[in-house]
Amino acid sequence: MSAADWRRAMNLQPRRLGVPPGRGPAPADRAPQARARRFTNPVRVHHLLVLAVLLAYPWFATPFFTYQIGAQALALGLIALSLTFLAGSGGMISLAQMTVAGLAGYMVAIFGTAATDGVTLGWPWWLAVIIGIVIAVLAAAGIGWLSVRTEGIYTIMITLAIGVAFYYLALQNYAVFNGFQGKQKVFPPMLWGIFWRDATPFYYLTLACALAGYLVVVYLLRTPFGIALQGIRDNPRRMHALGFNVTAHRVAAYAVAGVLAAVGGVLFTWYNGLVTPGSVGTGWLINILVIAVLGGLRHPVGAFLGAIVFVLLQNFAIDVIDRERFNLVIGVVFLVIVLFSRDGLLGWWAALSARMSTQRGGSPWTAVRKRSYARSSSPSPSSPS
Amino acid sequence: MTRFWVWFWALLIGVPILAFTGWGLQDNPRLFVITLLNGLTLASLYFIVASGFTLVFGLMRNVNLAHGSLYLLGGYLGFFTAQFTGSWLLALAAGFAAAALVGLAMQVSIFRFMPGQDLRQTLVTIGLSIVIADLLMWAIGAQVHQLSPPAWLDGPLRGLPVIRAYSTYRLSLLPIGILIGVALWLFLNRTRVGMMIRAGVDDRAMLAAAGVNVNLVFATTFAIGAGLAGLGGVIGAVELSMVPGEDTRLLLASLVVVIVGGMGSVVGAAIGAAILGLAETYGLAYAPTYSVVFTFVILVLVLAFRPRGILGRPA
Repeated sequence: MSAADWRRAMNLQPRRLGVPPGRGPAPADRAPQARARRFTNPVRVHHLLVLAVLLAYPWFATPFFTYQIGAQALALGLIALSLTFLAGSGGMISLAQMTVAGLAGYMVAIFGTAATDGVTLGWPWWLAVIIGIVIAVLAAAGIGWLSVRTEGIYTIMITLAIGVAFYYLALQNYAVFNGFQGKQKVFPPMLWGIFWRDATPFYYLTLACALAGYLVVVYLLRTPFGIALQGIRDNPRRMHALGFNVTAHRVAAYAVAGVLAAVGGVLFTWYNGLVTPGSVGTGWLINILVIAVLGGLRHPVGAFLGAIVFVLLQNFAIDVIDRERFNLVIGVVFLVIVLFSRDGLLGWWAALSARMSTQRGGSPWTAVRKRSYARSSSPSPSSPS
Repeated sequence: MTRFWVWFWALLIGVPILAFTGWGLQDNPRLFVITLLNGLTLASLYFIVASGFTLVFGLMRNVNLAHGSLYLLGGYLGFFTAQFTGSWLLALAAGFAAAALVGLAMQVSIFRFMPGQDLRQTLVTIGLSIVIADLLMWAIGAQVHQLSPPAWLDGPLRGLPVIRAYSTYRLSLLPIGILIGVALWLFLNRTRVGMMIRAGVDDRAMLAAAGVNVNLVFATTFAIGAGLAGLGGVIGAVELSMVPGEDTRLLLASLVVVIVGGMGSVVGAAIGAAILGLAETYGLAYAPTYSVVFTFVILVLVLAFRPRGILGRPA
């Protein structure tokens, strides 16, 4: 048994850098007060500012920025949010989130309307969307049921294998998925006299869904379910001994993430106006991981941060370097982030604000806490069995 | 497992396979035997690539998701070496050496600095695979490159019993795979370095305490594992042709092979490769639309009953 195994077996946490041993991370008189305030009124000024900017965004941005940058980043962010939730709070890195999203898109095209040779049942859009999301969530739960039998690295590999298997199924099956062509012209509906694919309405539609997803995740992390899930991430054995059903919690987390991914997938399909095997191929499976890790897995907002950076790079990498070299740019950015930050952009932000707060003469305790947050390793899915 | 269950599983899996074999031989023996040979030779290629993957994982707990990129790199370098010198054996050596060098560089410059951080290592290899794949596409282009087999392995082998003729090169993959498998087994089980590697798999810290330079052992293993991917690339360059996208295909095959066979076990990789190769080719021959689904069903069944693979051991 190696030293690392012993430590895991004995449930000892590795000593964190920066925190003096034998002392709590925050003085006793401030902590409860701050925590109570945060719990009763979690909304701060910067939240309202960001919300105001997001709401006003289409009024000062060009349609290109509203649609290609804003709406796309929000839809992709929602899919990445499902991975952030799974990985950050559940400790399970699933590469099959884009598969769930793509499946929802395919189902909307199959049950709704699409201009292709394959099956399109032409049911009303709301029914198609509901059925698509339900099927995708069922598939997500199935993927979860399969992959929670494994841990850590194995989960990544199995979800990757499942995702690629679905890609080949969609590519080779012409009866249902229409093969290489996929489903063309899958558009959001006309409703209340508004065509929802126009830049501004579509932006608000994605914003509403993304905001709802974000709030649901933030809320869920404070519920007993979310707390138990984080406990399972940190030590499944102990949680099992406490009487929690580890497998059920993990599968439930996959299902919840499936809802987020499915909604994001429907939006992304509408955004593109089509869904093809290419949109569930290995490239996109990895891209979702890139987005989530780029932003940071610790907090749900990381997914959207990562998505904004990703979409900006995707659109403006042409100006920096050749059009075809987008993968090189995103790969190098991803490598730099993974090599030099423990937790994506959020990790850098935490390190920066820790440095700033000591320079401004702020409480050294806050600085220490932030620094330990910045330094401690990102949530590792490795766990004893 | 009691004797009853052994029989139960043997019957449950064996009877349908026997029934299918009987039907296939009676229906169209030529197709059946050719598919069998195709499957076994494909399995041989999968084994060569996946054994490197499983070797690296077994020792370092590092899932090298850039393994497919090393395969492609080895294949391209082998192609250009063969074009330049006209020697297939030199191409094999060049492919092995190039992939081994890149693997060594990766180990020394990156992985040494993040020991025990599985997730970060995995993410780094994903980033590397994106970068390497795009650099290769930039340098070489997206067109198909196919290596021609050496003259002494070119052309069909005639006069075989049921199937009359079969590609000599393709058939030679089988002994090559067996040779590499046996060599790997002997290396791991009969040499001093192999002993160190196996000791490192079981207990890394104890090996270091016993006075072995663990870093050197790690670097060697990584180089061999990466080199096997490059070797597989040169061998596959003849049979499968080199084109961007092959890296993901072989990476996926390696993943499935080691998941089915069990991580870190060379024999497991051989079993997994045989299952995957046969399932893929029989699927393609008898049910072309759903060949991938067979692979998937096998994966699901193995995971459902043996989550660590057929020969996998608890870590």
